[in-house]
Amino acid sequence: MRADDERSPAWPLLRQLTRDRYALGAAAQSRKTASLEPRTATADTIVRSVCPYCAVGCGQLAFVKDGKVVQVEGDPDSPVSRGRLCPKGSATRSLSESPLREYKVKYRRPYANAWEELDLDKAVDMIADRVIATRAQTWESANDKGQPLNRTLGIASLGGATLDNEENYLMKKLYTALGVVQVENQARI
Amino acid sequence: MPGLGASFGRGGATTFQQDLQNADCIVIMGSNMAENHPVGFQWVMEARERGAQVIHVDPRFTRTSAMATRHVIIRPGSDIAFLGGIVNYILTQGKWFDEYVKAYTNASAIIDERFRDTDDLDGVFSGFDAKTDNYDLASWQYEDLSLKGAAGRRMGPSAAGLKEETHPLSPREEAAQKRLLEHGKPPHYDPTLQHPRCVFQLLKKHYARYTPEMVERVCGTPQADFLRVAETLCANSGRERTSAFCYSVGWTQHTVGVQYIRAAAIVQLLLGNIGRPGGGILALRGHASIQGSTDIPTLYELLPGYLPMPQAEHVDSKTYLEKGTAKHGLWGQMPSYFISLMKAWYGEKASAASDWCFGYLPRITGNHSTFPSIMGMLLGNVKGFFVVGENPAVGSPNSSLHRRAMANLDWLVVRDFFEIESASFWYDSPEIETGKLRTQEIKTEVFLLPAADHLQKSGSFTNTQRLLQWHHKAVEPEGDCRSELWFYYHLGKRIREKLNGSAEARDRAVLDLTWDYPTEGALDEPDAHAVLREINGWGMDGKALPSYLKLKPDGSTACGCWIYCGVFKEEQNQAARRKPGGEQSWVAPEWGWAWPSNRRMLYNRASADPSGKPWSERRRYVWWDAEKKKWTGEDVPDFTEDKSPDYVPPEGAHADDALDGQSPFILQGDGKGWLLAPDGLVDAPFPAHYEPEESPIPNALYGTRANPVRERWPSANNPYHPAPGEPGAGVFPYVVTSYRLTEHHTAGGMSRTVAHLSELQPEMFCEVSPELAAERGLENGGWATIVSARTAIEARVLVTERIPDYVIEGRQTHVVGLPYHWGSRGLTTGDSVNDLWVISTDPNVHIQESKAASCDVRAGRRPRGKELTALVNDYRRRAGLPVEE
Repeated sequence: MRADDERSPAWPLLRQLTRDRYALGAAAQSRKTASLEPRTATADTIVRSVCPYCAVGCGQLAFVKDGKVVQVEGDPDSPVSRGRLCPKGSATRSLSESPLREYKVKYRRPYANAWEELDLDKAVDMIADRVIATRAQTWESANDKGQPLNRTLGIASLGGATLDNEENYLMKKLYTALGVVQVENQARI
Repeated sequence: MPGLGASFGRGGATTFQQDLQNADCIVIMGSNMAENHPVGFQWVMEARERGAQVIHVDPRFTRTSAMATRHVIIRPGSDIAFLGGIVNYILTQGKWFDEYVKAYTNASAIIDERFRDTDDLDGVFSGFDAKTDNYDLASWQYEDLSLKGAAGRRMGPSAAGLKEETHPLSPREEAAQKRLLEHGKPPHYDPTLQHPRCVFQLLKKHYARYTPEMVERVCGTPQADFLRVAETLCANSGRERTSAFCYSVGWTQHTVGVQYIRAAAIVQLLLGNIGRPGGGILALRGHASIQGSTDIPTLYELLPGYLPMPQAEHVDSKTYLEKGTAKHGLWGQMPSYFISLMKAWYGEKASAASDWCFGYLPRITGNHSTFPSIMGMLLGNVKGFFVVGENPAVGSPNSSLHRRAMANLDWLVVRDFFEIESASFWYDSPEIETGKLRTQEIKTEVFLLPAADHLQKSGSFTNTQRLLQWHHKAVEPEGDCRSELWFYYHLGKRIREKLNGSAEARDRAVLDLTWDYPTEGALDEPDAHAVLREINGWGMDGKALPSYLKLKPDGSTACGCWIYCGVFKEEQNQAARRKPGGEQSWVAPEWGWAWPSNRRMLYNRASADPSGKPWSERRRYVWWDAEKKKWTGEDVPDFTEDKSPDYVPPEGAHADDALDGQSPFILQGDGKGWLLAPDGLVDAPFPAHYEPEESPIPNALYGTRANPVRERWPSANNPYHPAPGEPGAGVFPYVVTSYRLTEHHTAGGMSRTVAHLSELQPEMFCEVSPELAAERGLENGGWATIVSARTAIEARVLVTERIPDYVIEGRQTHVVGLPYHWGSRGLTTGDSVNDLWVISTDPNVHIQESKAASCDVRAGRRPRGKELTALVNDYRRRAGLPVEE
């Protein structure tokens, strides 16, 4: 189609009458559109992914160029989704690049009326300190019958159904070792 | 998912989405599949194009209804009456699949003579203790044989959050607990199904009152419509034909949610539709890995692979394993699963000498689910809180209570892509607007840590059909964005560094943990493959194990989650397999990996008759190859590969060996599908219809109005609407339900923040019938205020005939429909529907009732600030409830 257009530049109407009756090809093309290429064709790599929204588990192809995801499409190889995505799955790149996305740690002191910036490593360190302190302060080693409890009810966690299995595994493993039992996720909500 | 677990043995969808194409009839209830699982719905359309009947039973006419061959209306909160009506129809019209029922269900088992039905006791079963509102389950058991449920309340009442059973066991009960199956059979059973105390006869009696007339009275479904559904379903089930059920949270979010699923399980077992192509029950889950987060649970009562969390009375591993290990079926190998988990977590430190580090594990003593945790925050007992990819400030029922709870914490860590409402409640919540909370008085220290998205990390999701699919990292995360794998790994490392050298006994559990994963790249991202490999497990030689059958109780194997064992078979990440669907059979066994052992359809031994031959050529799937002496077929057999159909267990056989060659439900204590659940569920052995916590309608079936063992948290901030007949009951006259839209996702954190999706569904709205609009002066496109005793919210009005009016007991009953995606932040904002609900939950799984309640509706926008409090107080006063300051 493009080659054809380049060889015989003619008025669109003429092109339509002679070669492209429904004006779906050459007749609707300009030199500029003829030179356009889809992002899927110019990507450096294609990475197999899975839609992050509901649990149908549609296959996704992430097209990457210069270290950026330039397009996300349905994976036609998936026997579950056969290349299709719904409006949410189709908006995956917009989710990833949303203007509302946070890229920096935000910190609010007790009683403060505004956020502050905080270094990520410092944040992890402060959180570790708080886990250790709260755990020590609220530790229950046994109940009044003398049976072991080995736990803290001073800390709780919520979330997991949007995460990877490997992430849930590390969460449960660490929480259990710390004696945190109030671990919950969207499965109940 | 104890509804499926208690019926069949495993808490997962029994089938897979592609198998829907084989169905002769598909019933979709409690789900708007076309709009909420649109891509999965293509398999329903495939079936319809092949001539299948597609029935949508739903309170609203949606796009699922539009694509179905039939839409039938049902009042929100009445599905057990409808399904009970189908059971009644099957039993009175002789439509059950007799050979299947006799061979594969517990229909013939004889139940304890003390058992009494809701029929006898006006809405409660035997064992009910009105003082504690709990059941003692002993009288629901088989006569002289006590079986454990494969799911749910396996470890006794305190795991379910109930009070201890206090009654001492009688000698007969004690004997029943020790007794084994006799050559695969319970001690008392009647193969003719005639004994008055056999499950089949009890079932018949229980559902005798669920007549088509009763269905119409309770559900508002015209009898003719109901009968057509029952006829169609039965005509498309049996030896030659199969029917499937699809459900979603329209079934689970009720105070009797587990029993909704149980009711469907009974229908499907009677019709012979489980374990066969085109049959099954497909649970449609709403998050990418909600199944995975139950299998590898971020849930309080479970360890990975549905192992129960230890309780205080389990003083050592012996008492824990004695309590949890079943006599028969796969749970007979629980010591292998548990000890392998402890080896994965504590490595060399876990040995017989150290009691497998059992002493390191924390113990539960009741219900530690999210609602008691919130109450603990309000009391100041819970001081620190992690919120990880969830948004309780919008997504949890009576959200105001959750926001106030978070305002009473010492510290809060929110990990998300966005500054969601759960991170910003301290300055922009509705409570700030009404003056109930003041920023300068909120002590909570808040850390908002940006998260990496799925394109920026590698890992696996487990989808709705138990299928693990690996997603590969496409790009590096930007700025401070990190995966949860990174955050928890490095947090754990930091805590261990700080505790290093500690002499405190409690710190040994942290310091002895195996916590050393390889990392990669500039960000030190843990290698997700290494974590998956630990989940899979390894043997003495360090090689990845191929199957859970290889796990040992002697410490020679390590495995992080026994049901996922095999996902790293042959040192290959099986979840990353991507053989195109077009290049393999329709079952597509080489795409990803399904638990257990890559079986795509559970209980598939039931696709063959007792002798091992397919029930019909049209529905052949897995069968016994007599020459090769093994099971074979389209899928991996969900059965011991070489156990012949005529295998009879020898005396004293244990675990899987105790089940005969004709028992497809291999996790169940008797290998059968449970029509009656003698154990596992705390609220009923048979589903009974109860009204929702808040319903303007009395219970037409029993004197007991609502589930007598539902969980409630009465308080000034969580007041319950008066029940019908109580003073003030008329203040909230309408039924209200909630749901999702195609363009948004749950509490909106991943959709209100996306431009395209916000543009497609830009505003909160309510759906009302023309009659209700006329009654309350609502105008299409105008505003309405929806009021409960918790708060009032506003929404644009959509007047539509898609919401029918119901005639219940001769009274016109209006229904209000509300999509629940909105909150105060994002590109599109609006009031949150979850602010309306009260917290009242199912006693088995602690899921709140947010699909059926009562409300009032008024024209116009809601008042702001203190005037909003005044409006709600006016309603509370009229309803006889305490007012809020």
